[in-house]
Amino acid sequence: MSFVTLARNTRYAFGENRLTLIAVAMLGIMVVCAALGPLLAPYDPLMTNAAVKLAPPSAAHWFGTDVLGRDILSRVIVAARLDLGMAVSAVVLSFGAGLALGAAAGYFGGWTDAIVGRVMDTIMAFPLFVLAMGIVAALGNSVLNIIIATMIINLPFYCRFARAEVNVRRELGYVEAARMGGNTALQTLVNHIVPNILPPMMVQASLNMGWAILNAAGLSFIGLGVRPPTPEWGIMVSEGASYIISGEWWAFMFPGAALVAAVFTFNMLGDGLRDLLDPRKRV
Amino acid sequence: MPSLLGVVVVTFLLSHALPGDPAAYFAGPAANAASIASVRATLGLDRPLPEQFLRYVVDLLHGNLGNSLTTGQPVLTDLAQRLPASLELSGYAIIFAVGVAVPLGVWSAMKANGPVDHASRVIVTVSAAFPTFFVGLLLVYVFYYLLGWAPEPVGRLNEVNYSPPPTITGAYTVDALLAGDGGVFRAALAQLTLPAISLGLFALAPLARITRAAMLEALGSDFVRTARANGLPTAKIVFTYALRNALLPITSVLGMVFSFLIGSNVLIEQVFGWQGVGAYAVSAVLASDYAAVQGFVLMMAVLYVLLNLAVDIAATIIDPRVRFES
Amino acid sequence: MTAQLVVENLSLRFRTRYGNVQALDGVSLTLGKGEIVGIVGESGSGKSVTAYAVMGLLDDTADVTSGRINMGGAEILKAAPDVLNALRGREMTMIFQSPRTALNPIRKVGRQIEDVLREHGNVPARELRREAVAALARVRIPDPERRAEAYPFELSGGMCQRVMIAMALACSPSVLIADEPTTGLDVTTQAVIMDLIRDMSRGGDMATLLITHDLGLAGEYCDRIAVMHAGHVVEAGPTEAILTKSAHPYTRQLLAATPTAETRMEELSAIPGSLPDLRSPLPPCRFVMRCARRQPVCDEAPLRWRQCGPDHVVRCRLPL
Repeated sequence: MSFVTLARNTRYAFGENRLTLIAVAMLGIMVVCAALGPLLAPYDPLMTNAAVKLAPPSAAHWFGTDVLGRDILSRVIVAARLDLGMAVSAVVLSFGAGLALGAAAGYFGGWTDAIVGRVMDTIMAFPLFVLAMGIVAALGNSVLNIIIATMIINLPFYCRFARAEVNVRRELGYVEAARMGGNTALQTLVNHIVPNILPPMMVQASLNMGWAILNAAGLSFIGLGVRPPTPEWGIMVSEGASYIISGEWWAFMFPGAALVAAVFTFNMLGDGLRDLLDPRKRV
Repeated sequence: MPSLLGVVVVTFLLSHALPGDPAAYFAGPAANAASIASVRATLGLDRPLPEQFLRYVVDLLHGNLGNSLTTGQPVLTDLAQRLPASLELSGYAIIFAVGVAVPLGVWSAMKANGPVDHASRVIVTVSAAFPTFFVGLLLVYVFYYLLGWAPEPVGRLNEVNYSPPPTITGAYTVDALLAGDGGVFRAALAQLTLPAISLGLFALAPLARITRAAMLEALGSDFVRTARANGLPTAKIVFTYALRNALLPITSVLGMVFSFLIGSNVLIEQVFGWQGVGAYAVSAVLASDYAAVQGFVLMMAVLYVLLNLAVDIAATIIDPRVRFES
Repeated sequence: MTAQLVVENLSLRFRTRYGNVQALDGVSLTLGKGEIVGIVGESGSGKSVTAYAVMGLLDDTADVTSGRINMGGAEILKAAPDVLNALRGREMTMIFQSPRTALNPIRKVGRQIEDVLREHGNVPARELRREAVAALARVRIPDPERRAEAYPFELSGGMCQRVMIAMALACSPSVLIADEPTTGLDVTTQAVIMDLIRDMSRGGDMATLLITHDLGLAGEYCDRIAVMHAGHVVEAGPTEAILTKSAHPYTRQLLAATPTAETRMEELSAIPGSLPDLRSPLPPCRFVMRCARRQPVCDEAPLRWRQCGPDHVVRCRLPL
């Protein structure tokens, strides 16, 4: 697609759909929070202050304070870096590995396809969150292992997608031409096929990001990976959960809302991207 | 079945990829090199990996999942005790999800772009962004703390006021009915309401969306046009002609829905203090109770494989074309 | 002959995102008992739209701007939905092209016929299956008992069409509309199906409307033919007259374009141009852009019917 058409279509897709614009704006906010977190936070997210513990939202503390007197707004802002970082890392790794494995399986077929397929089927034979728990239990309770676990359970989606797309394109004219022109299999794949399957795969990635965030948050909610006092949305919800029944709602509500906002943003972006790339919808 | 084999291999690998030396852990804090070595020998951890795997499989076939560090009991016993609680919860969650999603999807398709359709699309899109545990906590806050409609989230039954019914199926509601105990039935049902709804809400979104899409396609199909041309009554067209055909794509989504459901079960059990396998697994992971975690992962995987099998069987019942292909 | 179906001056348009499509303009035709009338025209000429209008199957985007449809005494355009539902399947039925997709793929064909009988047939429940099998036998399906238990994907295209005919005729309707019933079937099966339709029509004293793009087929089986172009009926009359003494340039060109056994590839003639865009403002005669005989007088409204033979009318300023 030429650059002019892409620009025109972008304006169309985003202009038509106000939700997508809102999503882009929210993404911007989150990225800023992630990048500049500590600079934006009004208080030190780790600083405790027993005098104001569990204080409701006020002018001094917009999101209130938690049981140790830490400012929740600051913690929510700073947590963006960790939550988004975990999700993005996991998705990028899944995407890369899935693309490589799936493209190889789709292009070469035969044993490669059989083995890769078997591995992916085995992963998908597990309920995915349970598998993630098992992987974190096996490898150890750390943030890195949460990323690895999330990466592994997301792998099959990218792998299958890449495989299907490569399979479709393998016999097309321009691929044949590339092969004739003396390109090795790897060159054909990388220079000719992969660039064409990147757009739909990116749609998958943005649709998948929301799920990656939920996964990582779920794991940290049950106490895996992230340890206190690290600010992270999932663990903050877990810390705030005990105080619901005594009415201190702000401790769990704001980090939870941040999670919802993040997932929603990526879901909307994914839909917007999909509409942008789907020629049929543009009629 | 190949997938079961893969599952067994993976669970074996998981428990043997553990950091640290399990033998040292099992031997206890007062161990020395000799006792650790003897523990290792007893557990067979010094044998080559393939031999360990074979032992593992043989143990499995005998139903031996090892013993839990925290409870001291065989893992299989622990899981078997707690499984009915999780199954009861998930069962009600599915009933809720399907019971709301399918009629909603059908209505949205029939009155496409009407107010119900738009409202349900918004609700579905928004609810898909909510983490299950957050939904559970929100519901507790609103319906227990603010409104006082729901009972205290203390698990399956408020043991202060009620005692569990005699075990027949393991499901408190069913067993209470079988025992004729209306009070316990109501109490158990009340405790089930919020967690089942929280769990079901996450399944609602994909189910409603696919029902709507599948119904729209069925209602616009050639054979529905023929049915209309032959003057068949609307109810028959919607249910016997359109909906039955729409069930095919709906069942194809069920596999994924079940995967989410089993995973989310763990989170909901945490939130509501539910005495099911999920809560058991969480404490096991945190306590590095390897046998228990492994047993849990294996059991859930087997359950998932069985559920997928059931879905495949359902598909062949619904669609005769699938029967003939296989 | 009593007219079983009367369509009088029917005009309708579809509201779409890109404007109003003037699908039909001043369409009139009559159908008598025991007659087979053919509507012939290119794709997009409005043949199927007319059929759907008669059956009351148009959706909400269709606005009828004028005209009436009378089917056996009932005013279709004014009828309430439940009245229409009662008429459909019982007094008037329709069969479609691509019979295999037009049947419910996961329901046995016998059961689908029973559904129609249950609704319209006044048949007691325990007789339903027997009646369904009898309906299959009437359309000459071999081994109807066994075939009733089959699913559409197990039957050939020709058999599926017979099943559809069986469903349509199960309650002996007075009007049958056949929308391209043989398109997509092989030639031998085409002949068999058309013979069946003709026999069932004559035998049941039914009025049949045959919609087709195949002028040859219409010539073979119809008593009268109406030729449609771009939402207009341009000519209507007895088959003989249409085929040998056609008065409209379009009909002439259609006849010329229909290959016979002797036509060679190079001799195939096409009609120049294509159907006009039905969304734009249209001249009184919608064929002018493609007509070799066009004169300034052709652009003058209104375009009236002219009689050019017994029961033979044409809508042209300069009929042949």
